Amino acid sequence: MSMATEPGTAAPTPSGAPAASSIPARSGHYGPLQLCRSEWTKLRTVRSTIWTLSVTMLAVVGIGAIATAVTAHQWRQGGIVDRINFDPTARSLAGLFLGEICLGVLGVLAVTAEYSSGTIRATLAAAPNRRMVLACKAAVFGAVALVTSEVLTFAAFLLGQQLLKGTTPYATLGEPGVLRAVAGTGLTLTVVALFALALGVIIRHTAGAIAAFVASLLVLPLILQAFPVSIQHGALKYLPLVIAERMAATTSPASDFGNAALFSPWVGFAILCGYTLALLLIGGWLFSRRDA
Amino acid sequence: MIEARDLTKRYGATVAVDGLSFEVKPGLVTGFLGPNGSGKSTTMRMILGLDRPDGGTVSVGGRPYRDLPWPLREVGALLEARSVHPGRSAYNHLLMLAETNSIPRRRIGEVLELVGLTDVARKRAGTFSLGMGQRLGIAAALLGDPGVLLFDEPVNGLDPEGIRWVRLLLKRLASEGRTVFVSSHLMNEMAVTADYVVVIGKGKLIAQSAMSDFIALSTAQSVRVRTPQAETLTGVLRAAGAQVTIGHDGSIEVAGLTAAAVGELAAEHRVTLHELTPQRGSLEEAFMEMTNETVEYRGAESLA
Repeated sequence: MSMATEPGTAAPTPSGAPAASSIPARSGHYGPLQLCRSEWTKLRTVRSTIWTLSVTMLAVVGIGAIATAVTAHQWRQGGIVDRINFDPTARSLAGLFLGEICLGVLGVLAVTAEYSSGTIRATLAAAPNRRMVLACKAAVFGAVALVTSEVLTFAAFLLGQQLLKGTTPYATLGEPGVLRAVAGTGLTLTVVALFALALGVIIRHTAGAIAAFVASLLVLPLILQAFPVSIQHGALKYLPLVIAERMAATTSPASDFGNAALFSPWVGFAILCGYTLALLLIGGWLFSRRDA
Repeated sequence: MIEARDLTKRYGATVAVDGLSFEVKPGLVTGFLGPNGSGKSTTMRMILGLDRPDGGTVSVGGRPYRDLPWPLREVGALLEARSVHPGRSAYNHLLMLAETNSIPRRRIGEVLELVGLTDVARKRAGTFSLGMGQRLGIAAALLGDPGVLLFDEPVNGLDPEGIRWVRLLLKRLASEGRTVFVSSHLMNEMAVTADYVVVIGKGKLIAQSAMSDFIALSTAQSVRVRTPQAETLTGVLRAAGAQVTIGHDGSIEVAGLTAAAVGELAAEHRVTLHELTPQRGSLEEAFMEMTNETVEYRGAESLA
Protein backbone atom coordinates (compact mmCIF):
# COMPACT_ATOMS: atom_id res chain seq x y z
CA MET A 1 0.00 0.00 0.00
CA SER A 2 2.63 2.44 -1.01
CA MET A 3 1.46 6.01 -0.98
CA ALA A 4 3.22 6.80 -4.22
CA THR A 5 1.83 3.83 -6.11
CA GLU A 6 -1.80 4.16 -5.14
CA PRO A 7 -3.74 4.48 -8.35
CA GLY A 8 -4.57 7.97 -9.32
CA THR A 9 -2.49 9.74 -6.74
CA ALA A 10 0.55 11.81 -7.42
CA ALA A 11 3.53 11.67 -5.13
CA PRO A 12 3.16 14.13 -2.28
CA THR A 13 5.37 17.14 -2.57
CA PRO A 14 6.82 18.26 0.74
CA SER A 15 9.21 20.38 -1.26
CA GLY A 16 6.24 22.43 -2.42
CA ALA A 17 5.50 25.43 -0.31
CA PRO A 18 2.76 24.99 2.27
CA ALA A 19 3.47 28.47 3.55
CA ALA A 20 2.93 30.10 0.18
CA SER A 21 -0.76 30.33 0.73
CA SER A 22 -3.20 32.59 -1.01
CA ILE A 23 -5.52 33.29 1.87
CA PRO A 24 -6.28 36.96 2.29
CA ALA A 25 -6.51 38.07 5.90
CA ARG A 26 -10.01 38.61 7.26
CA SER A 27 -11.15 40.76 10.10
CA GLY A 28 -14.25 40.00 12.11
CA HIS A 29 -15.41 36.57 13.13
CA TYR A 30 -17.00 33.52 11.56
CA GLY A 31 -20.76 33.75 11.77
CA PRO A 32 -24.13 32.47 10.57
CA LEU A 33 -23.39 33.38 6.94
CA GLN A 34 -20.31 31.14 6.85
CA LEU A 35 -21.96 28.32 8.77
CA CYS A 36 -25.16 28.32 6.70
CA ARG A 37 -23.11 28.17 3.51
CA SER A 38 -21.17 25.22 4.90
CA GLU A 39 -24.34 23.43 6.02
CA TRP A 40 -25.80 23.86 2.56
CA THR A 41 -22.65 22.32 1.05
CA LYS A 42 -22.86 19.41 3.49
CA LEU A 43 -26.47 18.77 2.59
CA ARG A 44 -26.05 18.92 -1.18
CA THR A 45 -22.83 16.89 -1.39
CA VAL A 46 -24.05 13.56 -0.03
CA ARG A 47 -26.13 11.16 -2.04
CA SER A 48 -28.50 10.35 0.83
CA THR A 49 -30.03 13.83 0.45
CA ILE A 50 -30.88 13.31 -3.20
CA TRP A 51 -32.20 9.82 -2.55
CA THR A 52 -34.31 10.80 0.42
CA LEU A 53 -35.79 13.80 -1.38
CA SER A 54 -36.61 11.62 -4.40
CA VAL A 55 -38.37 9.08 -2.21
CA THR A 56 -40.22 11.90 -0.45
CA MET A 57 -41.42 13.12 -3.82
CA LEU A 58 -42.62 9.65 -4.80
CA ALA A 59 -44.37 9.32 -1.45
CA VAL A 60 -46.21 12.63 -1.46
CA VAL A 61 -47.04 13.03 -5.14
CA GLY A 62 -47.22 9.32 -6.04
CA ILE A 63 -49.47 8.22 -3.19
CA GLY A 64 -51.67 11.29 -3.71
CA ALA A 65 -52.03 10.33 -7.37
CA ILE A 66 -52.82 6.69 -6.60
CA ALA A 67 -55.35 7.62 -3.91
CA THR A 68 -57.21 10.10 -6.12
CA ALA A 69 -57.16 7.79 -9.16
CA VAL A 70 -58.60 4.94 -7.11
CA THR A 71 -61.31 7.22 -5.68
CA ALA A 72 -62.26 8.42 -9.14
CA HIS A 73 -62.41 4.84 -10.38
CA GLN A 74 -64.61 3.55 -7.55
CA TRP A 75 -66.78 6.64 -7.13
CA ARG A 76 -69.98 5.05 -8.48
CA GLN A 77 -69.71 2.11 -6.10
CA GLY A 78 -69.29 4.32 -3.02
CA GLY A 79 -71.99 4.86 -0.39
CA ILE A 80 -73.90 8.10 -0.03
CA VAL A 81 -72.25 8.98 3.32
CA ASP A 82 -68.79 8.56 1.82
CA ARG A 83 -69.78 10.83 -1.05
CA ILE A 84 -71.12 13.51 1.28
CA ASN A 85 -68.01 13.44 3.47
CA PHE A 86 -65.56 13.28 0.56
CA ASP A 87 -62.75 15.81 0.92
CA PRO A 88 -60.92 15.98 -2.41
CA THR A 89 -58.13 18.13 -0.93
CA ALA A 90 -57.35 15.68 1.87
CA ARG A 91 -57.50 12.76 -0.54
CA SER A 92 -54.87 14.30 -2.83
CA LEU A 93 -52.63 14.82 0.23
CA ALA A 94 -52.87 11.14 1.25
CA GLY A 95 -49.08 10.78 0.89
CA LEU A 96 -48.55 13.19 3.76
CA PHE A 97 -47.83 10.54 6.36
CA LEU A 98 -45.17 8.71 4.33
CA GLY A 99 -43.72 12.09 3.33
CA GLU A 100 -43.32 12.93 7.01
CA ILE A 101 -41.38 9.73 7.56
CA CYS A 102 -39.10 10.30 4.54
CA LEU A 103 -38.33 13.93 5.29
CA GLY A 104 -37.91 13.04 8.97
CA VAL A 105 -35.28 10.44 8.06
CA LEU A 106 -33.39 13.15 6.18
CA GLY A 107 -33.65 15.42 9.23
CA VAL A 108 -32.25 12.68 11.46
CA LEU A 109 -29.43 11.95 9.00
CA ALA A 110 -28.44 15.61 8.71
CA VAL A 111 -27.25 15.29 12.31
CA THR A 112 -26.48 11.63 12.96
CA ALA A 113 -24.38 11.21 9.81
CA GLU A 114 -22.02 13.79 11.33
CA TYR A 115 -21.66 11.61 14.39
CA SER A 116 -21.33 8.27 12.59
CA SER A 117 -18.72 9.64 10.17
CA GLY A 118 -16.91 11.77 12.75
CA THR A 119 -17.46 14.93 10.67
CA ILE A 120 -18.89 16.52 13.80
CA ARG A 121 -15.35 16.92 15.17
CA ALA A 122 -14.19 18.70 12.01
CA THR A 123 -17.34 20.84 12.08
CA LEU A 124 -16.90 21.91 15.70
CA ALA A 125 -13.15 22.46 15.36
CA ALA A 126 -13.95 24.82 12.46
CA ALA A 127 -16.69 26.57 14.41
CA PRO A 128 -16.67 26.02 18.17
CA ASN A 129 -19.85 28.05 18.79
CA ARG A 130 -22.14 25.05 19.05
CA ARG A 131 -25.42 26.87 19.45
CA MET A 132 -24.67 28.78 16.28
CA VAL A 133 -23.71 25.56 14.47
CA LEU A 134 -26.97 23.90 15.45
CA ALA A 135 -29.07 26.96 14.67
CA CYS A 136 -27.54 27.22 11.18
CA LYS A 137 -27.95 23.50 10.56
CA ALA A 138 -31.62 23.65 11.56
CA ALA A 139 -32.16 26.81 9.50
CA VAL A 140 -30.61 25.40 6.32
CA PHE A 141 -32.28 22.03 6.66
CA GLY A 142 -35.57 23.75 7.55
CA ALA A 143 -35.37 25.92 4.43
CA VAL A 144 -34.69 22.91 2.20
CA ALA A 145 -37.51 20.98 3.87
CA LEU A 146 -39.91 23.91 3.49
CA VAL A 147 -39.28 24.40 -0.21
CA THR A 148 -39.50 20.65 -0.83
CA SER A 149 -42.68 20.27 1.22
CA GLU A 150 -44.51 23.16 -0.37
CA VAL A 151 -43.56 22.17 -3.89
CA LEU A 152 -44.61 18.57 -3.24
CA THR A 153 -47.91 19.33 -1.50
CA PHE A 154 -48.98 21.76 -4.23
CA ALA A 155 -47.91 19.28 -6.90
CA ALA A 156 -49.82 16.47 -5.18
CA PHE A 157 -52.91 18.68 -4.84
CA LEU A 158 -52.90 19.88 -8.45
CA LEU A 159 -52.22 16.42 -9.88
CA GLY A 160 -54.83 14.82 -7.60
CA GLN A 161 -57.54 17.30 -8.61
CA GLN A 162 -56.80 16.67 -12.28
CA LEU A 163 -57.33 12.95 -11.68
CA LEU A 164 -60.62 13.55 -9.85
CA LYS A 165 -62.00 16.10 -12.29
CA GLY A 166 -64.87 14.85 -14.44
CA THR A 167 -65.79 11.93 -12.22
CA THR A 168 -66.05 13.26 -8.68
CA PRO A 169 -66.26 16.57 -6.91
CA TYR A 170 -62.89 18.30 -6.89
CA ALA A 171 -61.35 21.29 -5.17
CA THR A 172 -59.72 24.50 -6.38
CA LEU A 173 -57.31 26.64 -4.39
CA GLY A 174 -59.88 29.43 -4.26
CA GLU A 175 -62.39 27.43 -2.26
CA PRO A 176 -62.60 28.00 1.49
CA GLY A 177 -59.96 26.11 3.51
CA VAL A 178 -58.22 24.60 0.48
CA LEU A 179 -55.21 26.90 0.24
CA ARG A 180 -54.82 26.68 4.02
CA ALA A 181 -54.89 22.86 3.86
CA VAL A 182 -52.34 22.59 1.04
CA ALA A 183 -49.89 25.26 2.20
CA GLY A 184 -50.41 24.28 5.84
CA THR A 185 -49.62 20.65 5.07
CA GLY A 186 -46.31 21.78 3.60
CA LEU A 187 -45.59 23.70 6.79
CA THR A 188 -46.54 20.71 8.91
CA LEU A 189 -44.19 18.46 6.94
CA THR A 190 -41.37 20.94 7.53
CA VAL A 191 -41.97 21.19 11.27
CA VAL A 192 -42.19 17.39 11.59
CA ALA A 193 -38.86 17.09 9.74
CA LEU A 194 -37.27 19.57 12.17
CA PHE A 195 -38.79 17.55 15.02
CA ALA A 196 -36.84 14.56 13.63
CA LEU A 197 -33.66 16.64 13.31
CA ALA A 198 -33.95 17.59 16.98
CA LEU A 199 -34.32 13.91 17.92
CA GLY A 200 -31.12 13.29 15.93
CA VAL A 201 -29.29 15.91 18.01
CA ILE A 202 -30.53 14.40 21.26
CA ILE A 203 -29.99 10.72 20.38
CA ARG A 204 -26.98 11.02 18.02
CA HIS A 205 -27.39 7.51 16.56
CA THR A 206 -29.19 7.07 13.25
CA ALA A 207 -31.13 3.92 14.09
CA GLY A 208 -32.11 5.10 17.55
CA ALA A 209 -33.23 8.52 16.37
CA ILE A 210 -35.27 7.11 13.46
CA ALA A 211 -36.89 4.62 15.82
CA ALA A 212 -37.78 7.40 18.26
CA PHE A 213 -39.14 9.52 15.43
CA VAL A 214 -41.33 6.79 13.95
CA ALA A 215 -42.46 5.86 17.45
CA SER A 216 -43.60 9.40 18.18
CA LEU A 217 -45.70 9.35 15.01
CA LEU A 218 -46.93 5.76 14.97
CA VAL A 219 -46.52 4.15 18.34
CA LEU A 220 -48.09 6.91 20.44
CA PRO A 221 -51.52 6.34 18.83
CA LEU A 222 -51.18 2.60 19.49
CA ILE A 223 -50.34 3.19 23.13
CA LEU A 224 -53.27 5.55 23.42
CA GLN A 225 -55.63 2.79 22.26
CA ALA A 226 -54.97 0.90 25.48
CA PHE A 227 -56.53 3.71 27.50
CA PRO A 228 -60.25 4.30 28.20
CA VAL A 229 -62.15 6.07 25.43
CA SER A 230 -62.59 9.22 27.51
CA ILE A 231 -58.83 9.61 27.83
CA GLN A 232 -58.32 8.74 24.16
CA HIS A 233 -60.70 11.50 23.15
CA GLY A 234 -58.94 14.00 25.36
CA ALA A 235 -55.43 13.09 24.20
CA LEU A 236 -55.87 12.37 20.48
CA LYS A 237 -55.78 16.01 19.47
CA TYR A 238 -52.23 16.34 20.85
CA LEU A 239 -50.77 13.62 18.61
CA PRO A 240 -48.52 14.92 15.78
CA LEU A 241 -50.17 12.57 13.31
CA VAL A 242 -53.67 13.83 14.17
CA ILE A 243 -52.56 17.46 14.02
CA ALA A 244 -51.09 16.84 10.55
CA GLU A 245 -54.22 15.10 9.34
CA ARG A 246 -56.40 17.90 10.63
CA MET A 247 -54.30 20.39 8.70
CA ALA A 248 -54.68 18.41 5.46
CA ALA A 249 -58.47 18.38 5.71
CA THR A 250 -60.69 21.27 4.59
CA THR A 251 -63.43 20.18 6.97
CA SER A 252 -63.02 18.74 10.46
CA PRO A 253 -62.43 15.01 9.94
CA ALA A 254 -63.97 14.28 13.35
CA SER A 255 -65.63 11.08 12.17
CA ASP A 256 -62.21 9.47 11.68
CA PHE A 257 -61.48 9.84 15.36
CA GLY A 258 -64.73 8.78 16.98
CA ASN A 259 -66.04 12.33 17.35
CA ALA A 260 -63.11 13.38 19.52
CA ALA A 261 -62.77 17.16 19.61
CA LEU A 262 -59.73 18.29 17.63
CA PHE A 263 -57.83 21.56 17.71
CA SER A 264 -58.37 23.95 14.86
CA PRO A 265 -55.66 23.56 12.17
CA TRP A 266 -53.52 26.52 13.27
CA VAL A 267 -53.80 25.81 17.00
CA GLY A 268 -52.71 22.26 16.29
CA PHE A 269 -49.86 23.58 14.18
CA ALA A 270 -48.76 25.88 17.00
CA ILE A 271 -48.70 22.91 19.37
CA LEU A 272 -46.60 20.93 16.88
CA CYS A 273 -44.19 23.88 16.63
CA GLY A 274 -44.06 23.87 20.43
CA TYR A 275 -43.01 20.20 20.52
CA THR A 276 -40.32 20.84 17.92
CA LEU A 277 -39.02 23.96 19.62
CA ALA A 278 -38.86 22.16 22.96
CA LEU A 279 -36.88 19.28 21.42
CA LEU A 280 -34.55 21.72 19.63
CA LEU A 281 -33.89 23.57 22.88
CA ILE A 282 -33.17 20.33 24.74
CA GLY A 283 -30.96 19.23 21.84
CA GLY A 284 -29.14 22.56 21.83
CA TRP A 285 -28.53 22.37 25.55
CA LEU A 286 -27.14 18.83 25.30
CA PHE A 287 -25.16 19.67 22.16
CA SER A 288 -23.37 22.58 23.82
CA ARG A 289 -22.51 20.54 26.90
CA ARG A 290 -21.53 17.15 25.56
CA ASP A 291 -18.09 16.09 24.38
CA ALA A 292 -17.92 15.76 20.62
CA MET B 1 1.93 28.63 21.25
CA ILE B 2 -0.21 26.19 23.23
CA GLU B 3 -0.41 26.40 27.01
CA ALA B 4 -2.08 23.83 29.23
CA ARG B 5 -2.51 24.46 32.97
CA ASP B 6 -3.59 21.70 35.34
CA LEU B 7 -5.69 20.16 32.59
CA THR B 8 -7.89 17.38 33.99
CA LYS B 9 -10.47 15.13 32.35
CA ARG B 10 -12.47 12.35 33.97
CA TYR B 11 -14.66 9.74 32.32
CA GLY B 12 -16.72 8.38 35.18
CA ALA B 13 -14.26 6.97 37.70
CA THR B 14 -11.34 6.98 35.25
CA VAL B 15 -9.03 9.96 35.20
CA ALA B 16 -7.91 10.25 31.58
CA VAL B 17 -5.87 13.42 32.01
CA ASP B 18 -4.61 14.32 35.45
CA GLY B 19 -3.41 17.85 36.24
CA LEU B 20 -1.43 18.15 33.03
CA SER B 21 0.59 21.35 32.45
CA PHE B 22 2.82 21.93 29.46
CA GLU B 23 3.79 24.44 26.80
CA VAL B 24 4.24 24.01 23.07
CA LYS B 25 6.43 26.65 21.48
CA PRO B 26 6.48 27.97 17.93
CA GLY B 27 9.26 27.07 15.52
CA LEU B 28 9.75 23.58 16.90
CA VAL B 29 8.23 20.17 16.36
CA THR B 30 7.04 19.15 19.80
CA GLY B 31 6.42 15.45 20.26
CA PHE B 32 3.59 14.36 22.52
CA LEU B 33 4.59 10.93 23.69
CA GLY B 34 2.76 8.37 25.70
CA PRO B 35 1.56 4.80 25.41
CA ASN B 36 -1.88 4.13 23.92
CA GLY B 37 -4.55 5.18 26.39
CA SER B 38 -2.31 7.64 28.23
CA GLY B 39 -4.57 10.61 27.44
CA LYS B 40 -2.92 12.10 24.33
CA SER B 41 -6.04 12.16 22.16
CA THR B 42 -8.17 13.44 25.02
CA THR B 43 -5.68 16.27 25.56
CA MET B 44 -5.73 17.10 21.85
CA ARG B 45 -9.53 17.19 21.88
CA MET B 46 -9.51 19.50 24.89
CA ILE B 47 -7.11 21.88 23.11
CA LEU B 48 -9.65 22.04 20.26
CA GLY B 49 -12.57 22.57 22.60
CA LEU B 50 -14.19 19.30 21.52
CA ASP B 51 -14.01 17.83 25.02
CA ARG B 52 -14.74 19.95 28.03
CA PRO B 53 -12.03 19.77 30.74
CA ASP B 54 -13.15 18.90 34.27
CA GLY B 55 -10.41 21.15 35.58
CA GLY B 56 -7.67 23.47 34.39
CA THR B 57 -7.41 25.50 31.23
CA VAL B 58 -5.80 25.31 27.84
CA SER B 59 -5.18 28.18 25.46
CA VAL B 60 -3.96 28.61 21.91
CA GLY B 61 -2.10 31.84 21.24
CA GLY B 62 -3.21 33.08 24.65
CA ARG B 63 -6.92 32.47 24.06
CA PRO B 64 -9.29 29.60 24.72
CA TYR B 65 -10.07 27.82 21.44
CA ARG B 66 -13.74 28.85 21.47
CA ASP B 67 -12.72 32.53 21.39
CA LEU B 68 -10.75 32.27 18.15
CA PRO B 69 -12.39 34.49 15.50
CA TRP B 70 -11.41 32.23 12.58
CA PRO B 71 -10.36 28.91 14.17
CA LEU B 72 -9.15 27.17 11.01
CA ARG B 73 -6.95 30.14 10.12
CA GLU B 74 -5.17 29.81 13.47
CA VAL B 75 -5.24 26.11 14.31
CA GLY B 76 -5.22 23.09 12.01
CA ALA B 77 -5.76 19.62 13.40
CA LEU B 78 -5.51 16.07 12.22
CA LEU B 79 -7.42 13.99 14.74
CA GLU B 80 -6.78 10.33 15.30
CA ALA B 81 -10.26 9.19 14.38
CA ARG B 82 -11.40 9.80 10.83
CA SER B 83 -13.68 12.78 10.47
CA VAL B 84 -14.76 12.56 6.84
CA HIS B 85 -18.18 11.51 5.54
CA PRO B 86 -17.52 8.46 3.32
CA GLY B 87 -20.02 9.64 0.70
CA ARG B 88 -18.53 13.09 0.27
CA SER B 89 -15.67 13.77 -2.13
CA ALA B 90 -12.31 15.00 -0.86
CA TYR B 91 -12.94 18.34 -2.56
CA ASN B 92 -16.37 18.79 -1.02
CA HIS B 93 -15.10 17.80 2.42
CA LEU B 94 -12.51 20.56 2.21
CA LEU B 95 -15.07 22.95 0.68
CA MET B 96 -17.51 22.63 3.55
CA LEU B 97 -14.64 23.28 5.99
CA ALA B 98 -13.26 26.20 3.97
CA GLU B 99 -16.67 27.87 3.89
CA THR B 100 -16.94 27.96 7.68
CA ASN B 101 -13.88 30.21 7.85
CA SER B 102 -14.26 32.15 4.57
CA ILE B 103 -11.21 30.45 3.08
CA PRO B 104 -11.14 30.97 -0.71
CA ARG B 105 -11.78 27.94 -2.93
CA ARG B 106 -8.40 28.11 -4.64
CA ARG B 107 -6.77 27.18 -1.34
CA ILE B 108 -8.52 23.79 -1.57
CA GLY B 109 -6.61 23.09 -4.79
CA GLU B 110 -3.38 24.15 -3.11
CA VAL B 111 -3.69 21.79 -0.17
CA LEU B 112 -4.87 18.91 -2.37
CA GLU B 113 -1.79 19.46 -4.53
CA LEU B 114 0.40 19.60 -1.44
CA VAL B 115 -0.76 16.22 -0.15
CA GLY B 116 -0.89 14.66 -3.62
CA LEU B 117 -4.64 14.05 -3.82
CA THR B 118 -5.43 16.33 -6.78
CA ASP B 119 -6.29 13.45 -9.10
CA VAL B 120 -8.74 11.87 -6.69
CA ALA B 121 -10.27 15.11 -5.41
CA ARG B 122 -13.69 14.25 -6.85
CA LYS B 123 -13.72 10.66 -5.61
CA ARG B 124 -15.79 9.73 -2.58
CA ALA B 125 -13.62 9.69 0.55
CA GLY B 126 -15.10 6.31 1.49
CA THR B 127 -13.10 4.75 -1.34
CA PHE B 128 -9.79 6.07 0.03
CA SER B 129 -7.13 3.86 1.55
CA LEU B 130 -5.99 4.55 5.11
CA GLY B 131 -2.97 6.45 3.80
CA MET B 132 -5.05 8.60 1.45
CA GLY B 133 -7.53 9.31 4.25
CA GLN B 134 -4.65 10.40 6.43
CA ARG B 135 -3.40 12.74 3.71
CA LEU B 136 -6.88 14.22 3.31
CA GLY B 137 -6.84 14.86 7.07
CA ILE B 138 -3.50 16.63 6.71
CA ALA B 139 -4.88 18.69 3.82
CA ALA B 140 -7.80 19.74 6.06
CA ALA B 141 -5.37 20.73 8.81
CA LEU B 142 -3.38 22.93 6.41
CA LEU B 143 -6.48 24.48 4.81
CA GLY B 144 -6.49 27.72 6.78
CA ASP B 145 -2.68 28.10 6.62
CA PRO B 146 -2.67 28.08 10.44
CA GLY B 147 0.18 29.03 12.72
CA VAL B 148 -0.59 26.18 15.10
CA LEU B 149 -0.86 22.57 13.97
CA LEU B 150 -1.96 19.52 15.93
CA PHE B 151 -1.38 16.06 14.53
CA ASP B 152 -2.69 13.08 16.45
CA GLU B 153 -0.74 9.97 15.39
CA PRO B 154 -0.18 11.28 11.85
CA VAL B 155 1.87 8.30 10.64
CA ASN B 156 -0.78 5.72 11.55
CA GLY B 157 -1.51 3.58 8.54
CA LEU B 158 1.27 5.07 6.43
CA ASP B 159 3.95 3.08 4.69
CA PRO B 160 7.65 3.99 5.12
CA GLU B 161 7.55 6.50 2.30
CA GLY B 162 4.47 8.15 3.73
CA ILE B 163 6.08 8.28 7.15
CA ARG B 164 9.12 9.99 5.70
CA TRP B 165 6.89 12.46 3.90
CA VAL B 166 5.02 13.37 7.10
CA ARG B 167 8.32 13.73 8.96
CA LEU B 168 9.66 16.19 6.38
CA LEU B 169 6.39 18.09 6.31
CA LEU B 170 6.36 18.51 10.10
CA LYS B 171 9.93 19.77 10.15
CA ARG B 172 9.18 22.13 7.30
CA LEU B 173 6.09 23.54 9.01
CA ALA B 174 8.12 24.14 12.18
CA SER B 175 10.94 25.77 10.22
CA GLU B 176 8.38 28.25 8.91
CA GLY B 177 7.87 29.35 12.49
CA ARG B 178 4.67 27.41 13.17
CA THR B 179 3.82 25.64 16.39
CA VAL B 180 3.72 21.93 15.61
CA PHE B 181 2.40 19.47 18.19
CA VAL B 182 2.52 15.80 17.19
CA SER B 183 1.38 12.88 19.25
CA SER B 184 2.76 9.40 18.92
CA HIS B 185 3.13 6.23 20.90
CA LEU B 186 6.26 5.40 18.91
CA MET B 187 9.34 6.68 20.69
CA ASN B 188 11.72 6.00 17.82
CA GLU B 189 9.55 7.88 15.34
CA MET B 190 9.49 10.91 17.65
CA ALA B 191 13.24 10.70 18.26
CA VAL B 192 13.91 11.50 14.62
CA THR B 193 11.11 14.06 14.15
CA ALA B 194 10.69 16.11 17.30
CA ASP B 195 12.91 18.86 18.67
CA TYR B 196 11.16 18.99 22.00
CA VAL B 197 9.11 16.39 23.82
CA VAL B 198 6.23 16.22 26.27
CA VAL B 199 5.91 12.74 27.76
CA ILE B 200 2.80 11.56 29.58
CA GLY B 201 1.76 8.31 31.18
CA LYS B 202 -1.65 7.59 32.69
CA GLY B 203 -2.66 11.20 32.03
CA LYS B 204 0.20 12.68 34.06
CA LEU B 205 3.23 14.61 32.89
CA ILE B 206 6.37 12.50 33.09
CA ALA B 207 8.87 14.69 31.29
CA GLN B 208 9.11 17.86 29.29
CA SER B 209 12.47 18.63 27.72
CA ALA B 210 14.53 19.03 24.59
CA MET B 211 14.57 15.78 22.62
CA SER B 212 18.37 15.49 22.78
CA ASP B 213 18.39 15.79 26.60
CA PHE B 214 15.58 13.32 26.84
CA ILE B 215 17.47 10.79 24.73
CA ALA B 216 20.73 11.26 26.65
CA LEU B 217 19.04 10.87 30.01
CA SER B 218 16.74 8.03 29.14
CA THR B 219 19.45 5.91 27.54
CA ALA B 220 22.08 6.50 30.22
CA GLN B 221 24.91 4.01 30.00
CA SER B 222 25.53 1.13 32.34
CA VAL B 223 28.10 -1.67 32.44
CA ARG B 224 27.39 -5.32 33.00
CA VAL B 225 30.06 -7.22 34.93
CA ARG B 226 30.45 -10.88 35.89
CA THR B 227 32.99 -11.90 38.49
CA PRO B 228 33.53 -14.74 41.00
CA GLN B 229 34.38 -12.01 43.56
CA ALA B 230 31.10 -10.16 43.45
CA GLU B 231 31.13 -8.96 47.02
CA THR B 232 34.59 -7.38 46.82
CA LEU B 233 33.88 -5.68 43.51
CA THR B 234 30.50 -4.38 44.64
CA GLY B 235 32.15 -2.76 47.66
CA VAL B 236 34.88 -1.20 45.53
CA LEU B 237 32.44 0.14 42.94
CA ARG B 238 30.10 1.60 45.56
CA ALA B 239 33.04 3.28 47.25
CA ALA B 240 33.86 4.83 43.86
CA GLY B 241 30.35 6.33 43.70
CA ALA B 242 28.69 3.93 41.25
CA GLN B 243 25.18 2.58 41.58
CA VAL B 244 25.29 -1.18 41.66
CA THR B 245 22.48 -3.67 41.25
CA ILE B 246 22.86 -7.44 41.34
CA GLY B 247 20.91 -9.22 38.62
CA HIS B 248 19.06 -12.47 39.32
CA ASP B 249 21.59 -14.39 37.20
CA GLY B 250 24.44 -13.15 39.35
CA SER B 251 25.57 -10.40 36.98
CA ILE B 252 26.25 -6.92 38.29
CA GLU B 253 24.78 -3.81 36.66
CA VAL B 254 26.94 -0.75 37.21
CA ALA B 255 25.67 2.72 36.53
CA GLY B 256 27.72 5.90 36.81
CA LEU B 257 31.09 4.50 35.68
CA THR B 258 32.42 3.70 32.23
CA ALA B 259 33.54 0.16 31.31
CA ALA B 260 37.17 1.36 31.33
CA ALA B 261 36.86 2.73 34.87
CA VAL B 262 35.26 -0.50 36.09
CA GLY B 263 38.09 -2.58 34.51
CA GLU B 264 40.77 -0.38 36.06
CA LEU B 265 39.19 -0.56 39.53
CA ALA B 266 38.97 -4.35 39.22
CA ALA B 267 42.63 -4.66 38.25
CA GLU B 268 43.70 -2.35 41.07
CA HIS B 269 41.88 -4.55 43.61
CA ARG B 270 42.94 -7.82 41.95
CA VAL B 271 39.39 -8.85 41.09
CA THR B 272 38.99 -11.37 38.27
CA LEU B 273 36.44 -10.37 35.65
CA HIS B 274 34.55 -12.88 33.47
CA GLU B 275 32.57 -10.26 31.60
CA LEU B 276 32.72 -6.51 31.14
CA THR B 277 30.06 -5.25 28.73
CA PRO B 278 28.99 -1.63 28.15
CA GLN B 279 25.18 -1.43 27.96
CA ARG B 280 23.08 1.15 26.23
CA GLY B 281 19.36 0.81 26.72
CA SER B 282 17.23 1.26 23.65
CA LEU B 283 15.15 4.41 23.53
CA GLU B 284 12.01 2.33 23.15
CA GLU B 285 12.82 0.35 26.31
CA ALA B 286 13.61 3.46 28.26
CA PHE B 287 10.35 5.03 27.17
CA MET B 288 8.32 1.98 28.06
CA GLU B 289 9.95 1.74 31.43
CA MET B 290 9.43 5.43 32.05
CA THR B 291 5.77 5.44 31.16
CA ASN B 292 5.12 2.30 33.12
CA GLU B 293 3.07 3.14 36.17
CA THR B 294 5.64 1.83 38.67
CA VAL B 295 8.37 4.21 37.59
CA GLU B 296 6.21 7.20 36.81
CA TYR B 297 7.55 9.37 39.60
CA ARG B 298 11.16 8.33 39.32
CA GLY B 299 11.00 9.45 35.71
CA ALA B 300 9.55 12.77 36.72
CA GLU B 301 12.30 13.39 39.27
CA SER B 302 15.16 12.63 36.96
CA LEU B 303 13.87 14.65 34.07
CA ALA B 304 11.75 17.46 35.40
